[in-house]
This record gives sequence, C-alpha cells and structure tokens, in this order.
Amino acid sequence: MGKTLYKKVWEAHTVSTLNDGRTQLFIGSHLIHEVTSPQAFGMLRDLNLPVKYPHRTFATVDHIVPTESQQQPFEDPLADAMINELRSNVEANNIQYFSLNTGKQGIVHMVGPEQGITQPGTTIVCGDSHTATHGAFGAIAMGIGTTQVRDVLATQTLALSELKVRRINVTGKLQTGVYAKDVILHIIRHLGAKGGIGYAYEYAGNVFDAMSMEERMTVCNMSIEGGARCGYVNPDQTTYDYLKGRAYAPKDSEWDEALARWESYRSDADADYDDIVEFAAEDIEPTVTWGISPDHGVAISEPIPDPEKAETPEQKASILEALEYMKLPAGTAPTDIEIDVAFLGSCTNGRLSDFREAANILKGHKVAEGIKAIAVPGSQITAHQCEQEGIADIFREAGFEWRHAGCSMCLAMNPDKLTGDQICASSSNRNYKGRQGSPTGRTILMSPAMVVAAAVKGKVTDVRTLNA
Amino acid sequence: MAIQPITTLTGKAVPIAGADIDTDRIIPARFLKCVTFDDLAEGMFYDERFEKDGSSKNHPIDDPKHAGASLMVVGPNFGCGSSREHAPQSIKRSGFQAIIGSSYAEIFFGNSTGLGMPCVSADPADVETLANYITEHPQTELTLDLTAGEVRYGEHRLEINMPEGPKEALLSGRFDSIQELLDQTAAIEETAAALPYI
Ligand code: SF4
Repeated sequence: MGKTLYKKVWEAHTVSTLNDGRTQLFIGSHLIHEVTSPQAFGMLRDLNLPVKYPHRTFATVDHIVPTESQQQPFEDPLADAMINELRSNVEANNIQYFSLNTGKQGIVHMVGPEQGITQPGTTIVCGDSHTATHGAFGAIAMGIGTTQVRDVLATQTLALSELKVRRINVTGKLQTGVYAKDVILHIIRHLGAKGGIGYAYEYAGNVFDAMSMEERMTVCNMSIEGGARCGYVNPDQTTYDYLKGRAYAPKDSEWDEALARWESYRSDADADYDDIVEFAAEDIEPTVTWGISPDHGVAISEPIPDPEKAETPEQKASILEALEYMKLPAGTAPTDIEIDVAFLGSCTNGRLSDFREAANILKGHKVAEGIKAIAVPGSQITAHQCEQEGIADIFREAGFEWRHAGCSMCLAMNPDKLTGDQICASSSNRNYKGRQGSPTGRTILMSPAMVVAAAVKGKVTDVRTLNA
Repeated sequence: MAIQPITTLTGKAVPIAGADIDTDRIIPARFLKCVTFDDLAEGMFYDERFEKDGSSKNHPIDDPKHAGASLMVVGPNFGCGSSREHAPQSIKRSGFQAIIGSSYAEIFFGNSTGLGMPCVSADPADVETLANYITEHPQTELTLDLTAGEVRYGEHRLEINMPEGPKEALLSGRFDSIQELLDQTAAIEETAAALPYI
C-alpha cells in the first residue's frame, strides 16, 4: 500500500511520540498576526523562554487594519495597541515582519504564498483557522490556538494527533459561471459543516488539476468550514511555476533538489485513504448560502429549504433557526433576496485572479442605487497589481469603494462592519450570526463573480444572466 | 509546569441549545481586541446574552437557576469556526471546568484540552436527554468521571468518550505539553537538520 502526502509529510516531521501517545510534530513555517500572538509572547516571557527558530516565524498584520487609510496611529486605540504589541514582539525576537510600510503586508494567508514561504511537503501553522489555505501547495497547514503558538515559538513543535485522510474527487467539466468558490460551497453543502471533523481533505481529480494556485487556495481555505482542520492538493507543475522566483523559494541548484523532494511527497497512486468521496463537476451550479452555517448552501436555481421537508429533527431545528435569523421565508428563490452591501475580498477570494474575473464581469455596469459596495484586495501586492492592470479603476468607475489591504468586512475587528440587519453578498468564508460585525447582520456567501452581479442588480443574481 | 491531573469534576450544569455554535458566537470578534486573555469572561456569548443596550436576553447562562454552574452541556459541532483560543479562555475564565456535548470542532477541542478543560462526547440523543433533565432539575450536581468514562446525574449514568491522547494528557495532568516538548531538544534539532528547507 502506498502513502498519502499527508502521511509522508507527517512522518518526515515527526520528532517523537509523547507520553500520552500524541505525536510531537516539527513545524517548518510559523505565521503570526496581531490577534492571536501577543498572549503567546506574554506566556513565553512568563516562562522565560526564548524563540527557538526565529527565522522560521513570519509576521504580518491584517485583522485590525483599517482599509480606508492605513495611516498610523489608528483611530481605534485598541487596534493601535495591538499593532504596536506585534511590532515590539517581532523586534525583540528578530522575526521577519511584513509590516504596513513594506509593500508586502496583507492577509497572512496571502503573504505566505506571495513570498514563497508556503511550499510543498512542509508543515505550516498559524493562530488562524484559515491556515488550511496553504494546503493548496501540498503542505500540511492548519490553524492552532494561542497556547500552541507559544509551543511553536518555544520549540518549533506541537503535540498533535494524526488525522485521517478523505480524498475528495471532483471530475468532469465545470459549467461556465461556476468557480472554485462554488466547488467548495458545493462540497461543504453535501458533506456538512462537521463532516470533516477528524479528517484532512485531499482534493483530487481533473477539476483541481486544472485549477490555478489561486483557485486551489480558495478551495483549501474553506476546508475548515467543512470541519476539516486541513485540506490539500498534491503539488504539480502549476505549483512549481507559481513558486519559481519568489523571495523565499529555493534558488539555483537548490531549486532542482527541492523539486525532486516536492515530487516525492505526492500521494502514491495506490495510497491508502480512510475515505473517498466523488462529485461530478457537471452537478455544480453557482452556489450561495442562505443561512448561518457554511453548509446552508443552495444552487442559485433552487429555492431555499423548507423545514417541513427536513430529513431529521436536528436538520429541521437548524433550518428553522437559520430562517428566523435570516428573516427569510422557506422556499424563497435566492434570486429574490435583495442585498444592502457587497463585499469583495478576504483570504478566500481577495486575490488578483478574483479581481480580474470580477472586473471582467463588472466592466460597463454600475453598482445599483443604494448599495454599498467595497472591494478590498487581500494584500498590498495584489492592490498594486490591480492598480497597474486598471482593475482598481474598473471597480471605482462602477461605484465600488476601492480599499487598502486587510481582512476588512470578513470579520468585525476593524471599522468595516454591517449595521442593523443589513444583508451582505460576500466573497468571504463565514456566514455565522454576527460574523460581519452586527449582531443581526446577514451574510450570503458566494463567488466574486456573483458578488459583482449582486452589486449591479441590487439582489442575489445568477452571474450567467448578467451579460446575457 | 505543575502537574494537575484532571480526573473527576463535580458541579451544576447549564444547557446551551443549538448545533454548530461557532467561536464568533462564543466570543464576538470585537472582544478580541486585547493583548492578554485576562478580561475575556465578560465577552462570553455576549450577543446571545445581551441586547444592544446591554439588557439581558435571559440566556440560560444568566438564569438564576443555573447560577454557579461549572459544566456546560452543548449541541453538536460546538466551537466550529475560528481558531481563536479566546473562545475556550472566555468559557474557562467564566468559571466553567468542562464541556459535555456530542462533537466538537477540532481546534476548539485541542485548545480546551490544552487549558485543562475537557470536552467530552456522548451520543447526541443522550446529551439532549441530559440537557432536558438539567432544565427541569437545575440544582442537580453532575459528576464527570473521566477515569470511568461517565457522567453521573440523579439516578442516571451517561457514557462519555474522549480520544485516548487528550484523555491521557488530562488524567496525567500533562495537558500543558510545553515541558515535554522542551525536553526533546536533541530530537527537535535532529529533525530540523534532516529537513532541507529549515
Ligand atoms: S480574511 Fe477573514 S477568514 Fe481570512 S484571515 Fe482575515 S478574518 Fe480570517
């Protein structure tokens, strides 16, 4: 029996077996940001421990950064205290910091790949659940808590239990208007928000083979919304082409050695999986959420569910709670839902290809009257590229606010928030109650293309009909 | 690190209804603007417990009949979403010692274990029976016995389980793994040396 990439990388990074039976796993790259690291540095100070491998930790600032102006000091004194704390911690410990004035700042899950820190066959952690994003490169990448951030800083290792591996095959041809975001929303809808607990997801099949690195990142990013702590795609030429020449990628003769090593980590053809599921690409439509959990999804042509038709009492309760919060009657057609806000950005869909695709659709249209539409590149590098390619201007001309890099309206830690019970068409990853900053705010997750279509029409819209 | 075995916990419980309670609901993001965990208790379940003007929504946590509860009984997939350790920290700092449910998001589970706050699992229907029982008999003292793998309440007994590794870590009092990790310095350096990218 062959091995999966997960198994091979796990074995290569195993340091020891701990008394309680867990594995002590070596962590190759550690990413930190301002929200979950300050307490960890505090714990280190209390224990009087140094950072063991400072050159394997990389920092940036994202969650609290205001996107209208990155000028410091920030207006919010709490946010300002957090960025200052991060700065003093990285300075005191000699940690590479992609700060606001480097031109390289951005959402932590964009910075790692952009800099070439995210590489195949490595282990990557960050005190942030969307670390799963980095699995797109064939890495074991997962979110951790702050006490674990302390453990990594102090020892570059973690006490972990090995996960099972589920291979998710998506084969066939995606319809026009169906994007990576729709693929992952479709998978989560069918496997459930807790379907992935205990598993790493391996995404395989010709649909993922054909995807760009940015699309693979969109998919892996939302593994966590499906309950899987990490998700990955086996590395291939697409991966290597993306990495070549990036700041932290191997150079010269090291490149060829790295390539051979990366190839060796790919899952074997006869690898042993704990589970295998299949999806047909043809069955995937543009997909949107209608409720308060990422698995509350429907195809754009379907009505939102009727609690009376639920299969289990648990499902019925979940639908009733969601419909009540969303203030939507059962059976509503998604395309009848009017929106107040359109948000394009986040670590799921804040990359150059997302803005390119969205700009293509948006060109020649205007944001509907009364809709607040904001476009927020995920990193300063992406922001710069969008300016250079004229993408930013397309958004501005259409009536979008074009912002600076950060997490923005994905979560409520900076000034970008919903108010009251506003409905937001959002390219982010979470539609939880209150997620976008108002305790009664409502989120509808969708692809970037669908976000701009919604912005133009003022309601949830099948992007395939916009220019038809 | 001090060794504090966690074997048996006794106390009253509060039921928190609903599946897929995410960490944004446990601790809304605006409470994360802090550089220590010290003051997190006040944010726990804030938007579920209080109206915008601060008036109470009469959440079970604030129901006087559950005052002083140290165990939380929850629905499936509890703690999903963000990795924020602020979530279990806020629960622990509010005086809870353990969580009884049917399933947990993994990062939340690991964070809680690391804090010495067990998240034990039982059959979903049995957890619901327990939650209903507590609602009707809020004064009941529960005994969570990790060694025996059960929760005892009234005349009843609920079988619970927990994966071996974390359970062993709690029972032996070694749930804070830092010392054990630090002890392996030589092995850590050896592993690093064998990985060309380090
Ligand atoms: S964009 Fe959203 S999901 Fe991604 S790191 Fe920022 S807050 Fe988290």
